[in-house]
Amino acid sequence: MIPAAFEYTRASSLQDALGILASDEGAKVIAGGQSLLPLMKLRLAQPARLVDIGRLAELRGVRRLDDGRLSVGALTTYAELADSPAVRYGVVADALPGIGDVQVRNRGTVGGAVAHADPASDLPAALLALDAEVVVQSAAGSRTVPVDGFFQGAFTTALARDEILAAVILPAPRADAGSAYASLEQRASGYPIAGVAAVVVLGAGGLIEWAGVGVTGVSDHPYRAREVEAALVGTTGSPEAVAAAAALVVGDREVNADIHAGREYRAAMAVVHARRAIGAALARVR
Amino acid sequence: MATDVLGAPVKRVEDPRFISGKGRYLDDIKLPGMAHLAILRSPYAHANIRSIDTSAAKAAPGVVAVITGADIPYNPLPMAWPAGGASGIQNNVNTPRALATDSVKWTGEGVAAVVAETAAQAVDALELIQVEWEPLPAVTDAEKALADGAPQLHENAPNNRVFDWQVGDRAATDAAFAGAEVVVSQRLVNHRLIPNPMEVRGDIGWYNPGTDEYTIWMSSQTPHIQRLLLAAFVMGVPEQKIRCISPDVGGAFGSKIYCYADMALSLFASRLVGGRPVKWVETRRESFGSTIHGRDHITYVDVAATRQGEVKGLRVRTLANLGGRLSTIGPGIPTTLYGRILSGPYKIPAVHCEVTGVYTNTTFVDAYRGAGRPEATYVVERAMDLVADELGIDPAEVRRRNFLPPDAFPYDNPSGLLTAVNGSKLYIDSGNYEPAMDKALAMAGYADMAARKAEARARGKLLGVGLSTYIEVCGVAPSKWIGAVGEGWGAAMWESSNIKVHLTGKVVVTMGTQPQGQGHETTFAQIVSHELGVPMEDIVVQHSDTQGTPFGYGSYGSRTSNVGTGAAVKAAAKIRDKARRYAAHMLEANVDDIEVEGAEYRVKGSPDKKKTLQEIAFALDLAFDTPPGMEPYLDETAYHDTDNCTFPFGTHIAVVEVDEETGNTELVRYVAVDDVGKKINPMIVDGQLHGGIAQGVGQALWEEAVYDDDGQLLSGSLLDYALPRAEWLPSFELDETVTPSPVNPLGVKGVGEAGCIASTAAVANAVNDALSPLGIRHLDMPFTAQKVWSAIQSAKGGQA
Ligand SMILES: Cc1cc2nc3c(=O)[nH]c(=O)nc-3n(C[C@H](O)[C@H](O)[C@H](O)COP(=O)(O)OP(=O)(O)OC[C@H]3O[C@@H](n4cnc5c(N)ncnc54)[C@H](O)[C@@H]3O)c2cc1C
Repeated sequence: MIPAAFEYTRASSLQDALGILASDEGAKVIAGGQSLLPLMKLRLAQPARLVDIGRLAELRGVRRLDDGRLSVGALTTYAELADSPAVRYGVVADALPGIGDVQVRNRGTVGGAVAHADPASDLPAALLALDAEVVVQSAAGSRTVPVDGFFQGAFTTALARDEILAAVILPAPRADAGSAYASLEQRASGYPIAGVAAVVVLGAGGLIEWAGVGVTGVSDHPYRAREVEAALVGTTGSPEAVAAAAALVVGDREVNADIHAGREYRAAMAVVHARRAIGAALARVR
Repeated sequence: MATDVLGAPVKRVEDPRFISGKGRYLDDIKLPGMAHLAILRSPYAHANIRSIDTSAAKAAPGVVAVITGADIPYNPLPMAWPAGGASGIQNNVNTPRALATDSVKWTGEGVAAVVAETAAQAVDALELIQVEWEPLPAVTDAEKALADGAPQLHENAPNNRVFDWQVGDRAATDAAFAGAEVVVSQRLVNHRLIPNPMEVRGDIGWYNPGTDEYTIWMSSQTPHIQRLLLAAFVMGVPEQKIRCISPDVGGAFGSKIYCYADMALSLFASRLVGGRPVKWVETRRESFGSTIHGRDHITYVDVAATRQGEVKGLRVRTLANLGGRLSTIGPGIPTTLYGRILSGPYKIPAVHCEVTGVYTNTTFVDAYRGAGRPEATYVVERAMDLVADELGIDPAEVRRRNFLPPDAFPYDNPSGLLTAVNGSKLYIDSGNYEPAMDKALAMAGYADMAARKAEARARGKLLGVGLSTYIEVCGVAPSKWIGAVGEGWGAAMWESSNIKVHLTGKVVVTMGTQPQGQGHETTFAQIVSHELGVPMEDIVVQHSDTQGTPFGYGSYGSRTSNVGTGAAVKAAAKIRDKARRYAAHMLEANVDDIEVEGAEYRVKGSPDKKKTLQEIAFALDLAFDTPPGMEPYLDETAYHDTDNCTFPFGTHIAVVEVDEETGNTELVRYVAVDDVGKKINPMIVDGQLHGGIAQGVGQALWEEAVYDDDGQLLSGSLLDYALPRAEWLPSFELDETVTPSPVNPLGVKGVGEAGCIASTAAVANAVNDALSPLGIRHLDMPFTAQKVWSAIQSAKGGQA
């Protein structure tokens, strides 16, 4: 459990960090270190240089934008997120307490969770369901991309090697929306075997006007289950409608399997938790 | 006078240092000039070693030495406890060497080692060692390993058999089955567990070239035994030339009883590098594969019963998976500590048990908290529930009908379960099982369970309740039983205590026992305070160093409170006796006229003529005036071999809820009534029960060592091996009955393993009870969500 030797640089500013990334091919960003350090200790990751962005105040904190959206700085820890307006989203409030333990939530960052793209990370499901956006910075400038599409495979995202994730933008909270997260924990790691985040917006006549469903743990990357969303929209969210929509949560995706959950079980749990998350989201807005 | 603290819930004196980061564990020790050792471990479960090229590693930065098995002249590690028995059972013994030489038998066996200036350099250099492997087919399951055509591990163990052992009366058991009204049979898997003490293992070996002596700091439960084993069996060094020291030990659960390859290796390495101390500390991942595992039985049990649920015969056939080579006492656990106590608290007239020890390409298996007794309890407690299920009788009632009655003690099991080969017999000394069960049933609201099940069902949950009415056999003693050649490990099993009263009146108690977090420094101080009338604050309890502590066999098997306390009580009595004789001298009285109360020694009838223990100690230490024949100083050593084990018992009741949709199982209530005899410190007793219960629940619900077919350990880290967490457990509801042990001078029995022995079976019975409405008769542990879900799915499919 001793990492291979590496160089260490503490970045003095975001620009400084971006400069190092641009000039040093072997450089890798470290934020809270909760995912990167375990990999390094197992020597599964052996970066030649760590660029520590952990102290960059410009990347920290949750701000309300003029249009009511929330900008969550990449270095915001889970603990800080839990103490911010972001917990108004039931889907965020539900997901946070199940992530790791106190130490992990004190060190682990939102940006790290998103950039790392663990196939079973909890928060990405919530961000997908909320239709959040990601602000990405490089020496060349900044771009904003939807979270949907950002996760591309196991531990693979749309981030280029020399880019830094600066913030996550959450939509403005609304009174006609309800959201919830439901997951089945793998008892050893605490990561979800299947986790489903659901956001529903109720329109006129109590019909579901918009739905967002994010799924994690099930496939090689967290994904947005558009089939489920489409099946929900326009319905009253009756138990039958929810069950029918939830049944579509896996589709023909390739499902992960390990000693804790084979394909069949994991797929079944995705369906159960999709139903539970959607049901709970509806209960919150009704 | 000091208040009597025996039986008081005194706060543990060791805790301030443990909980404020001031303990001194092995890795806290840093010696001048210390080098670091890292071990290259086999990536294959079964392979021959064709060659090892260490040249690149030798040239790496900071490397002091690179070692392979061929360099080390030591013998293989000893195997001290063969499966014994009257007929001279053959044990086909293969044990590890300090480093493997020709072949490896499991992933994680050590094949080479690097000594370097820093631990990081040692680990870096490991990557440069080139081993040419010849991979061989592997087998990890005991049943498959015995089958024709299975890969063979050892030439001297045909069909991978370590031994075939049996106990009990086969003819009587066959007769019980021939005439049985009802026979219930079941295959039971008691799966493999991986001990995870908070502190992993480690050693610092130091060879002193000046004196030609070896010192080893080790995170061990048994420093005295390790000195003996390393000297006499492994290294061929005279015993007096080795010193073993266990510093604070951060948990062990049995995994630190044994003689491990790394102990010999670190001493060899220190000598090789000219006497620099050499430290090795395992990583958690290393610990998962290279420190012992526990349990791993496949058992076929048959029960013969009457229609009224009286059990008349128990037939048990067990395959015990012992791993790729044998650990120090591996074979003793599934035989003596398992087969001989299978009948538990029940009056079962005929019992027969056969055990086959099996080699497989897995980590070696040895005693893990409870050691044999949880496995036995699991078999008989599942058997009771299966009988209840078959006959439609309540499980509590079946137990009631089979309990030994209170007048049955001392109870000599008719099938001779507690008979050693030398003919010495042990008796179950005491017990009163029904009151404990009744109390637990009342606490749990057992009579209302049907309503609770219906209420849970309405919430989509299957509620189940399970009983475990266990007995525990504490002691790993006496010598005449466990120490008997042919049955036990051919060594004595007594304990020792030395007490010195210094001239200041302060007391130093030195024990041969070896704590790993149990609070011995508190409990022995309580005992000595009680015996000598000295306040606890004036007593220090020392242990753990072969230089300066009397020989002891260490702490495991819940033996310290049975055997160790006997030694401390005796040593205190010797102190009192000498103090009394000297008080008589000081007070110019006849010794028979000296009465002792607490620390006061007075002349009968003249209460103002008295001396305190401190005054006596002072005068005896200065020794200006000692009567002829009396030695100076209050310093007494006592050795205690108990006459018998002690037999705690009780009833544990688990209530679980199974989520029908996910299979996820939660323990929602846990009630335990334990009879551990008199308590030295009830708070420590509760702590032992809490930890033990949690550990047993962990086995039933979450923990499982999983190998793939190639022998790779898939549950090889805490990411995949689920230890219990506090938030998953309800607040335990504990109560007691108190039947003092007639064996121990204080009436105490021991409690280190009881919780763990009882709880696994209670939870297993509860989950099976929860699933029984679906027509599921038996499901093996652990009840992981996926397994329970699959069982529910197939049960429902079967119904449709
Ligand atoms: C014991 C434990 C339990 C855990 N349990 C859970 C759980 O139950 N559920 C769950 O979802 N997660 C869990 N985690 C994972 C945890 O959520 C993540 O490790 C954490 O959020 C990652 O953030 P970090 O700041 O520590 O990232 P780091 O470890 O510092 O970095 C992770 C990766 O992201 C990159 N990175 C980090 N920040 C940025 C950035 N701003 N821009 C670009 N790249 C960046 C790094 O280069 C690295 O590749 C657990 C972790 C531990 C150690």
